[in-house]
This record gives sequence, C-alpha cells and structure tokens, in this order.
Amino acid sequence: MSTVAVEVAPTLPEVHYLNADYGWRSWLFTTDHKRIAWLYLFAITGFFAVGGLMATLMRLNLIEPQGLLMEPASYNKLFTAHGLIMIFFFLAPSIPTVLGNFLIPIMIGARDVAFPKLNLLSWYIFMLAGSTFMFSVIRGGVDTGWTLYTPLSTTYANGHVLSAAVGIFISGFSSILTGLNFMVTIHKMRAPGMTWFRLPLFIWSLYATSVIFILAMPVIAITLALIALERVFHVGIFDPALGGDPILFQHLFWFFGHPEVYILILPSMGVVSELVAAGCRKRVFGYSFVAFSSVAIAAISFMVWGHHMFLTGQSVYAGFVFSALSFAVAIPSAIKVFNWTATMHKASVSYDAPMLYAIGFIGLFTIGGLTGLFLASLGEDVHLHDTYFVVAHFHYVMVGGAIMGYLGGLHLWWPKMTGKLYPEAWARFACLLVFAGFNLTFGPQFILGYLGMPRRYAVYPPEFQVLNVMSSAGASILAIGYFIPLVYFTWSAFKGPIAGPNPWGAKGLEWTIPSPPPTNNFEETPIVEEAYAYGHEEAHVG
Amino acid sequence: MMYGFPLKPPQASTISVEWDYLYYFLTALTIFFAGLIFAAVFYFAIKYRRREKNEVPPQYEGNLVLELTWTIIPALICVFIFVWSAQLFMRASSPPPNATEIFVVGKQWMWKVQHPEGPREINQLHVPVNEPIKLTMTSEDVIHDFGVPAFRIKRDVVPGMYSTEWFEATKTGQFRLFCDQFCGMGHSTMVGTIFVMSHEDYAHWLTGQLNTKPMFASGELLYEQLGCNTCHTPDGKPGVPPLRGLYGSEVHLQNGKTVTADDAYLRESILGPEGIVGYPPTMPTYQGQLNEEEVLQLIAYIKSLGPPGERKATKQ
Repeated sequence: MSTVAVEVAPTLPEVHYLNADYGWRSWLFTTDHKRIAWLYLFAITGFFAVGGLMATLMRLNLIEPQGLLMEPASYNKLFTAHGLIMIFFFLAPSIPTVLGNFLIPIMIGARDVAFPKLNLLSWYIFMLAGSTFMFSVIRGGVDTGWTLYTPLSTTYANGHVLSAAVGIFISGFSSILTGLNFMVTIHKMRAPGMTWFRLPLFIWSLYATSVIFILAMPVIAITLALIALERVFHVGIFDPALGGDPILFQHLFWFFGHPEVYILILPSMGVVSELVAAGCRKRVFGYSFVAFSSVAIAAISFMVWGHHMFLTGQSVYAGFVFSALSFAVAIPSAIKVFNWTATMHKASVSYDAPMLYAIGFIGLFTIGGLTGLFLASLGEDVHLHDTYFVVAHFHYVMVGGAIMGYLGGLHLWWPKMTGKLYPEAWARFACLLVFAGFNLTFGPQFILGYLGMPRRYAVYPPEFQVLNVMSSAGASILAIGYFIPLVYFTWSAFKGPIAGPNPWGAKGLEWTIPSPPPTNNFEETPIVEEAYAYGHEEAHVG
Repeated sequence: MMYGFPLKPPQASTISVEWDYLYYFLTALTIFFAGLIFAAVFYFAIKYRRREKNEVPPQYEGNLVLELTWTIIPALICVFIFVWSAQLFMRASSPPPNATEIFVVGKQWMWKVQHPEGPREINQLHVPVNEPIKLTMTSEDVIHDFGVPAFRIKRDVVPGMYSTEWFEATKTGQFRLFCDQFCGMGHSTMVGTIFVMSHEDYAHWLTGQLNTKPMFASGELLYEQLGCNTCHTPDGKPGVPPLRGLYGSEVHLQNGKTVTADDAYLRESILGPEGIVGYPPTMPTYQGQLNEEEVLQLIAYIKSLGPPGERKATKQ
C-alpha cells in the first residue's frame, strides 16, 4: 500500500460482483465463483450452528453424571449427528468451498474456476446431500456414532441409518466435483508468470486437499453402498452372523477416514500460511518446505489408517507398520509449525484478529499434534484408545486447528469479500474468548481420558464429574466466542467502514484488485513476477 | 473408589507402572515442545511487533540447516518413542503361558463371565491378585471393548472371533470395567467391577458360588443333549476323526493348507455354515442353536479330552 493511498479515504468500486446483478436468480443460477462461495458460506454456517447447538446440548447433559437433560438414546443420536454434520457438512466443505472458491481463481490470476457450471452443480449436490441428511435427523436420527461401525449400523441400530448414509453418499460427489474443479483450475488457469513455486501456499494446500477429495471420497461412497446392501438386502458383507467380517468395514472406513482428517486440516494449514505472511508482512520462511509438507501429508495420510485399529485384533506386526507411518506423518506437520514460527522472526507482527487466529492455531495445533504422538504409540494407545483423550486430541486438531484457521481466513478476506471492514476490537475479543473457551473445554478431557473415561458415554461414574463440569463451562464460553463474529460480520456487511483494495498492506494478486472485486476479477490478465513480494514496489492492476 | 482430583487411574497391574512412565515422558515432551513454540511465538510477537503502519521487515528465504535440524530431531524422537511403545505393545499382546484363562462374552449391554471352574458372573469379574489372567473374549452381537483403566488394558470384543487380553493385578480392591467401543443405546451402562482378591478369599469365593459345575462338564452335557455323540466320539469311529487330541493338533485341510485346531477353528467348525473347516460339508451348522457361552463350554469339553489315548484330565 503506497503512502498516498492511506490518506485518501477508500471508496467502494461502482460496479462489483455483489451489485452487478440483483434478484434471486442472479444468485441461485450464478456461475460466478465468488457468489457460489457465498452460497456455501450461508449453507455451512447453518450446519455449523446446528452441529454446535448439538455439542452445547451434549455438554449440558454431561454436567450431571446421570445426565441433566436427556435419556442415553437421545444423547447417542446427538453425538452421532454432531460428528456427521461437523465432518461432512461443515469442516470438509468449510475452507475449500468458501475461501477456496472465492480465492483460488483470484490468487492465480484467473477469471473463474475451470468449470463454473460444475461449480454451481456441486453446491446443489451439497444442498441435496445436506437436506437428505437433515431429513434423517428430523425423522429420528441415527445412533451409531459417526464411524458407523458394523454390525451395529447394519443389523442392530434402529435409527434412520439408510437416509443418513444416502445423505453422506451424495455429499461425496459434491466434494469430488469440487476437488476436480480446483485441480484443473490450478493446473490450467494460472496467469502468466504464476509458476508452481510462485503459488500462494494456500493454493498448494488446497491442491493437496483436492487430490484427497478425489481419491478418498469414492471409498466412503462404496463403503456406504455396502452398508445399504447389507442393511436392506441382508447380503453378508460385514455381519459375521451373515458370514461377513466386521473388521473389513473398519479397514474400508478408515482408508477413507484418515485421509478425510487431512481434508479437514490441510486447507486450514494453507490459510494459516497466508495469515502469517500477511500478519508479518513477510514471505513464509522455508516456502518450499511448507509447500512440500502439504504434499507429503496428503501422500502419507493414505497409509496410516490401521492406527485406528490397534485393538481390533489386527496383527501385531501390522500395528508396528501403521504406528511407524503415523509417526512419519507427524514430521511434515512439525515442519510447518516450525516454519510459521520462524516467519515471525524479525517480522512486522500485527495484532489484528487474523494474526491472533494464526497464533491461536499454531498453539492449539501444536498441542493437538503432540498429543497425537500418544495415540500413535502402540502401547500407550491401548490405554487411551476410545477414551476422552482421543476426543480431546482430535478437537484440538479439528476445532483448535481447522476452525481457528477458517475463522482467521474469514477475517483476513472479509474486507475483500464484502468491501467492508469488521470491528477489530470485537474481533480480537471474540478470538481470545474462542481460545480461552476452547482450552477450558478440551484441556480437561485429556485428563479425563487418562483417567479412563470412555468416549460416547451418556452417563458416567461420579468421580469424573469435576472435570466434566469444567469442560461444559468452557463450552459455554466457546459458544459465545463463536456467536459474536456472526453478529459483527452481519453488521459489517451492511454498516461496516469501507475497506479499500488492500487494508492489510498484504501481497498477493487478491490484494491488487478492488474490494469487492469486479465480476471478472481482473480487467486485464496480471503478469506475476514473484510470490509474497514483500519489500517490492506494488504493481496496481485494475 | 477414586474421589478428589486424581490425574491418573490407580496403578493396579504389573504393566501399569511402565505405561505411566511412557505417559510421563510423552507429557514432558509435549510440554517442552509446546512451551518452546509458545515462548518463541510470544517473544517474536512482542519483540517484532508492528511499530509503524507501513513498515516492511527485511525479507529472507529460509535456512536449509534449520529445516534439516527441525526435521531430523523430531524424526529421531519419533523413532525412540516408536521403539519404546512397540515393546510395551508386544508385552500387552503376549499373555504369559501360565496365565489362568477366563472367558468373557459381550452382549448388548452386559458382560457375561465364565470361570473354568464353573462360576458365572454378570458385569463382575473376580480374580486372584498376583496371578496372570488371560481373558478369551467374544461377542454375541456388535463390537464391544473390555477396558480396565486401572490395569491399562483394553481390547475390542468382536463378534465372530476370539480376542484375548491379559493382566496381572498387583493390588486387591475394586476397579472399574468399561465398555469402550460404542455398542448402541445402553453403551454407557455396559460397565462393571473387577474384584481383585487375595488367594484365600478367591478360593473361598469360588467354592461359595451356586454353579460349581466346571465348564468342560457343562460342555459334556451339551455334547450329549445336542446329539453330537451320534457322530463324534472321543476316540473316533470310521469316517469321523476322534475328538480326543484334536485340540491344538495340526489339521490338514482339503485345499492342502495346515491349520492349528485352536479355539477359533473349533468355533468356526461348530457355528460356520460350511460345517467342519477343511472337511466336506456333512455337519449341519449350529448357528442360532448355541450361544457363545455354550460354544466356549463345548470347546472346553473338547480341550478336556486331552491328547490321544489319554484319559480325561480330571480338573476337580
């Protein structure tokens, strides 16, 4: 940002993608990647609210050892729906479909994604999937846990397993099409000079995510189809009473399921690289190491599924291999954390909300990653498996990591998406609330887990109550922390101060165009000379 | 049991102390590295805070030596933890040969226990202290998991197969038993108590139970009631191999492979749709006519027949 631009009050461009056309048709039939990003933002915010409300009810119920609000049957349905909604209808689509849709074409200097109509179709498929799933929840829900283990899910569960499975089955196609679209876009639509090693790290991580989408989603689709076959037609696949093998289901499920976990965290890692670069006004330290660690994580993620099955009776030697590979996947994650930290050395560190979220992510993801080592350890896992330790570990990664990254990204690019600034003081306050509430919610669960409290318990022995009450208290703070941004973002969209093209003084093609961008993004195709060109004179385009 | 604000469950088995050492090490490692990252982040955030709105810091690429350092050191630490924890896992997976075997059947939503001496329990398990105990477990319906935090043991209990775990209790008292694998509506009520008793108390408890018919004797009764004896006899007849000496022997299958006639083999032969594994399907399946506890009794009977030519081992 040049010195002159700071003193002139920024103005909104006269025509941009938000006011280029009005009316519901211009939104529901849009092929503009930026408008599709908004469609997704509304949908997943709804799912996040529903999933979050379920978590709140669960934590309320656990205040009393015998259950404060509900019967175990209802509690079981709640945690099943909470897991499935958060994973398939909030976390998996969150960063890719909102920030990815909005930013991938702009960051690489393109006018849209490679297949704009397919992009819109993905949203409709997603909405169909979400509606089907919510239909099963409203009809009475499912009580199998999000892992749908057989033969519980195929023979014994009375809930609406089938409609839930159909919903998840459909959602996979939305993810596959989105992944395909992103891959082709990143390969074929880069502006002149935007070489692979000039790509923003966000693009690298979404590329790796897209590969996993395309490879892992068909596996869960097949697995769900097999569940349907057994549940409806009693074909013996998983139930030993019908001649099937229940462990086969776990192999299939986790062959999808563990890469899925990286679908949830990799995009967030990409966002954090951008948050750190913008918040430090510096090129990310060790760019190529951070980029390749995303690729390494994606590759190794397909070879660690057996660490979910150490106690199922899989061979001890298979356990050795899966344990060793699980340790191996920790290394690229550690490399990222060290590089982000090193980027802050001799930087110009901002205390704005996006950077605070990045710092929060680094801290919580570090704890989430290190506690993963406990579970990758064969011996230690025997004691910790299926306890609250596991619950705490994956929430540190999924909530402390993935959601912190998503919220940080929303704050960083909100001015670009709307042309408006959000209230910084409120944003910092909400970020601190989220950080504090999160740690109070999930920190005690590590201790609960070591004490042996199993996960998915609707009622529990009284000696676990103190820690459970602490956790529930934290959850209420966390809920407020998530609610505040909803309020000020809504306010900002209508009444926020005008942001101008580059309120952060950040580098990257998205900051060279007006906020909000015009429908075609770039008046003329940009020519890229360097990535993260901090310390260089800025080239103004359009 | 455990009140106040404990940070770890009681150490009540031979392996629990070693599990806690690894846990302390991993916790220290987590605190050290998280502390390192937190300290660096806060130090940099304060020292290099943005002082002017438009300041641009000096730019530099990266540092290969640093990258290699923070790749290799974590990798070495991971190798160290892997070796340590794999050794523990090996121990947890290898029951001592002299362990006393007790049988567990999981069923929505209760634990059914059978002692070889006869007594049966529900959601309780009485064991003697300082004696290795091996649990052979299976499920009537869905996957359960038999976990005892005070012993640091846990194992999935899977329908259609036998899984085992072992422990040697070092303290007398009562310890919690949990089902750790979500098994449906009553999952969180599928809990129980392990009673660890002195040898004298345990012997007293055993004799005071209602059912003192040993498992193999119940199996023998079933063997007669179900009419197994019309074809199978302990010493065999033309076309039907003897049951005596079957347990633990090598069986040559029709496909040329050789398997050991262990618990899993016998269970599959009794319940499987193909009849006896490795033989023409002449025997009808007993699936649906026998529950898992009865299958375990039949296996105990076959086992009690002992090696070929010997008289039945008298257990009491």
